Amino acid sequence: MSGAGNREQVFPTRMTLGLMKGKLKGAQQGHSLLKRKSEALTKRFRDITQRIDDAKRKMGRVMQTAAFSLAEVQYATGDNIAYQVQESVQKARFQVKAKQENVSGVYLPTFESHINEEINDFKFTGLGRGGQQVQKAKLVYTRAVETLVELASLQTAFIILDEVIKVTNRRVNAIEHVIIPRTENTISYINSELDELDREEFYRLKKVQEKKQEAQAAAELEENLKKQELENDPVKREEQIQKEVQKLAAGSEDDDLLKENEDDVIF
Amino acid sequence: MEGLFFNVNYGYVEGVVRGYKSGLLSSNQYVNLTQCDNLEDLKLQLASTDYGNFLAQHSGPLSTSVIQDNLSKKLYQQFQYLKSNSSGRLTQFLDFISYGYMIDNVSLMITGTLHERDRSEILSKCHPLGWFDTLPTLSIATDIESLYSTVLIDTPLAPFFKNCLTVDDLDDLNIEIIRNRLYKNYLEAFVEFVEKEFGNPDDEIMTRLLSFEADKRVINIALNSLNNPDLSAEDKLSLFPSYGKLYPTYHNELSQVDDFEQLKQIVENVGEYKDIFNESSDSGSGAKNLEDWFYLLEMQYCKNAFTQQFTLSTVWAWLRSKEQEIRNVTWIAECIAQNQKNRIENYISVY
Repeated sequence: MSGAGNREQVFPTRMTLGLMKGKLKGAQQGHSLLKRKSEALTKRFRDITQRIDDAKRKMGRVMQTAAFSLAEVQYATGDNIAYQVQESVQKARFQVKAKQENVSGVYLPTFESHINEEINDFKFTGLGRGGQQVQKAKLVYTRAVETLVELASLQTAFIILDEVIKVTNRRVNAIEHVIIPRTENTISYINSELDELDREEFYRLKKVQEKKQEAQAAAELEENLKKQELENDPVKREEQIQKEVQKLAAGSEDDDLLKENEDDVIF
Repeated sequence: MEGLFFNVNYGYVEGVVRGYKSGLLSSNQYVNLTQCDNLEDLKLQLASTDYGNFLAQHSGPLSTSVIQDNLSKKLYQQFQYLKSNSSGRLTQFLDFISYGYMIDNVSLMITGTLHERDRSEILSKCHPLGWFDTLPTLSIATDIESLYSTVLIDTPLAPFFKNCLTVDDLDDLNIEIIRNRLYKNYLEAFVEFVEKEFGNPDDEIMTRLLSFEADKRVINIALNSLNNPDLSAEDKLSLFPSYGKLYPTYHNELSQVDDFEQLKQIVENVGEYKDIFNESSDSGSGAKNLEDWFYLLEMQYCKNAFTQQFTLSTVWAWLRSKEQEIRNVTWIAECIAQNQKNRIENYISVY
């Protein structure tokens, strides 16, 4: 994963370094945040798994009682009771409301069951016989449906959470194992490149300095030699003086600074 | 004296019915049925009874509804056979018996028409014993008014409708109330028929059975409408068949009761129903409930009906016993299928 090859394609400049450092910091922060989110979700997930387990066990029992109470109704009332009940129902007595619950940024739908006690459409069913069984079966089935709704709500949350946890974990891992190492690699690459440049520059400066010193030494040597030559030969020295006087006279008439021609001084 | 000429007209049918009666499952057979581990076992056990190979044509997995359907089919066949061999008073009597099922069918059709259901769907749900030729036409009438004026008038049930409903009623009255009012009229007409046509010992037995039937309905209606503010005391009174042991002394009181204890006290005034609430009130879920007591009482009456010779009431007694038997078998099958063996003993067996 890590390795010299795994880095972003950037120019090793100080600006990019700054950018990269920012990026690394962001990645680390994001990593810790996502990690916390994933932990929170996992905790919730375990909780839900537990509750699903309970609900399923409960459902088994409740559905059994419910199915059996239906058998009792059939025993007491005869064949067509289901049809009569179906036909006499007008309004829903049992209603399910969907709500959203926010768990660390994930919206989980939760279903709430609501029983409207006023609505009781088939209270006359089985008036002649078996009415009590019908009412009893109604109660038992209401409980069964409640359990089902609870289970449905849990199952939906389970599936959604499962998906979200997977995505979050994938992100956490991606940041931890890919983005952070790569950014770190890039930073160290930039650092090493910059150091390299620094060293090169330093060496170059040193070299220039050296050359300049050599040149200066050579110039001084020549000057000294000329001086010595003049001192040794009086005629020449005289000429020299003459020349210098003329020069000074000319210089006072026509002193052109622009014609001064000096070498740039390189530090 | 009646016995002298009875066999001329009805001897054969009575013989057949008594034959059917001896084919009813005995307590021993029920015990065997409850021992079954699955529905296949149950099928095998039933094969050795009067039902024989009633499931022979059925292939595929067994379910309680399949068993119930096939048991019922057997019953319908036997009833049709009796009907085709009947004559005179017996035919009328059998007609009266089937009127009860017709009421169920008609109210079913009315419900379906009100909700604009498919005709074939409802027809398939109708009780075969309550089938009459004009039944399918009930669904042709699209609105309630025409249903009443063109169709219901021609049905055998017209006399029962005549007294209790007008066109306006059909619309908003709850179908259950219509059904119960019809049934009340039916029971009253039946009693009238029995008193007019039947001599001793027919009328004695039938009166007992019918008055029990009436009382059963009265108690049930009173009980089931206890916490129902929609049904006023007068409404209730109009649903009670004016017959039976509770009539007329207790009907007024019964229509006004508003809790279980009151109802219990009133019903206990009648000797024969003294036990009904006693044992049902302190019952757990496993013990007998009210419905079971009614069934048990009815079965005992039916069993007693067979002790008399030369009577047509055996037909009624046999039919009821057979229905109870189908319920019992279905119950046992249901208990086996749902693995609820602790309540499998709840069937009612008197033979």
